[in-house]
Amino acid sequence: MTNALEIKGLRKIYRGGLVALKGVDLIVREGDFYALLGPNGAGKSTTIGIISSLVNKTEGSVKVFGYDLDTHINEVKQHIGLVPQEFNFNQFETVEQIVVNQAGYYGVSRKLARERAEKYLTQLGLWEKRDDRARTLSGGMKRRLMIARALLHEPKLLILDEPTAGVDIELRRSMWEFLTRINKQGVTIILTTHYLEEAEMLCRNIGIIDKGQIIENTTMKSLLGKLNIETFVLDLESSEKAPDIKSATARIIDDHTIEVDVAKSAGLNSVFNELSEQGIKVLSMRNKANRLEELFVNLVEQGRETKEQA
Amino acid sequence: MKNPIHFTALKTIWIKECTRFLRIWVQTLVPPAITMTLYFIIFGSLIGSRIGEMGGVSYMEFIVPGLIMMSVITNAYSNVAASFFSAKFQRNLEEMLVAPVSNITIILGYVGGGVARSLIVAVIVTIVSGFFVELNIQSYGMIIITVLLTATLFALGGLLNAMFAKTFDDISIIPTFVLTPLTYLGGVFYSITLLPDFWQAVSQVNPIIYMVNGFRYGFIGVSDIAPTVAIGVLVIFNLAFFVLAWWLLRRGTGTRT
Repeated sequence: MTNALEIKGLRKIYRGGLVALKGVDLIVREGDFYALLGPNGAGKSTTIGIISSLVNKTEGSVKVFGYDLDTHINEVKQHIGLVPQEFNFNQFETVEQIVVNQAGYYGVSRKLARERAEKYLTQLGLWEKRDDRARTLSGGMKRRLMIARALLHEPKLLILDEPTAGVDIELRRSMWEFLTRINKQGVTIILTTHYLEEAEMLCRNIGIIDKGQIIENTTMKSLLGKLNIETFVLDLESSEKAPDIKSATARIIDDHTIEVDVAKSAGLNSVFNELSEQGIKVLSMRNKANRLEELFVNLVEQGRETKEQA
Repeated sequence: MKNPIHFTALKTIWIKECTRFLRIWVQTLVPPAITMTLYFIIFGSLIGSRIGEMGGVSYMEFIVPGLIMMSVITNAYSNVAASFFSAKFQRNLEEMLVAPVSNITIILGYVGGGVARSLIVAVIVTIVSGFFVELNIQSYGMIIITVLLTATLFALGGLLNAMFAKTFDDISIIPTFVLTPLTYLGGVFYSITLLPDFWQAVSQVNPIIYMVNGFRYGFIGVSDIAPTVAIGVLVIFNLAFFVLAWWLLRRGTGTRT
């Protein structure tokens, strides 16, 4: 399978000496839905800036669908659709003007651009707003406008830099559905986000970047597999005596609630058996923390400790 | 897309630029008409009638070409400076930078917008001047060539200014402290032959002298500077500004990190 993105030894040193990227290697396969995670200032936006040619690299190579950024910059640009972190459209232009103009920059005729504008603005629920000035849109609409704008030239690789920041949960879910749909239609997607459940829900592969280096690059499944212990919150029917659990570490939160740390290998059956034997009924159960969030924090901390020791 | 000029993108930038200044026509097209009307009334009719002839024509007839050129210079410059800087400031310039649009296309698109606005203003001011004086035209060719070269040059100047600018103040410094003095001292209101020899020599360094005189030659057939020299100077400045703008954009000065 072709690589949608292939980055080798990417380094970026800003004027003033700040080293933003220290040799990033990354491969994203065609058709993938890839999450690039990292704390603030880790180098995510710099990496995206270099891929989309807004930032000049210091060293290394970037290839998009086999085209080298240094020798085939126009082909690279033609394949990429970028949804940046901050709103960067002209606030005084109308929704339709913004997307049609963007298509024009990619060589799409105005007639075809208008047809595509109707298609994508409709899919993203913005067609009714096509004659409104961008500044009058709500935050969520502005985010969707940036996605529509990035798709008008029908790129094969869509890069989204925190696309759901500040978007309410209902809208976020509709954006997830839309992104999943276009991914299924063949668009490779790279996503950076601070909502880790978003990455867990959408992405098949994941890269974690910290202090300008990739510290983890694997499948979402194998990454989540690294998590050995999960914490569950159990809501119990009230009983006269406190539950006594020996097969796992349990904490009593109140009369009706306990928290249980369960090793993956152990499973939950023994906990349920113990509670049943004591005549305690479990009403409901949920994960305490986002699993990926836990892992993310652990990986970043481990990476930093290793570097300090070195 | 191997061509240095991408025509669909060029058309898009040009339409976008024209839409911008037409949308805010009260700020872009009306003020020059009002300002020039006041110039015609005060300097042309009231004061001019006491001055008598200059360059072999009435003072009003003498200043009209200079005032049209002044509008062209100001509007070409301010259109591109304001538009390009605000695209940089709002970061919507990135829309073009991430797309396969060549630097030459970006320059031509913005300059084309500035030239379009300045030509519309030139037509408006010429129509207004028709209420004050009957204009005789000696050379259409000279008028068209001079106005186009001047509009292009100052549109390029505005673009260069906007590339370097970091704040909105930076795009008003050059017009206030460089462009306005040069225009007023550029022979709009007087013939440089009235100046002492020393100041006549100094005036030769002012590029606006060549534009105003070349343009005036097209109307009244009289000029302080030979028309061929005027066009030659304009072409050289245009080439120099274009190459500089292209080089800066390619380098990413003020546009890329």
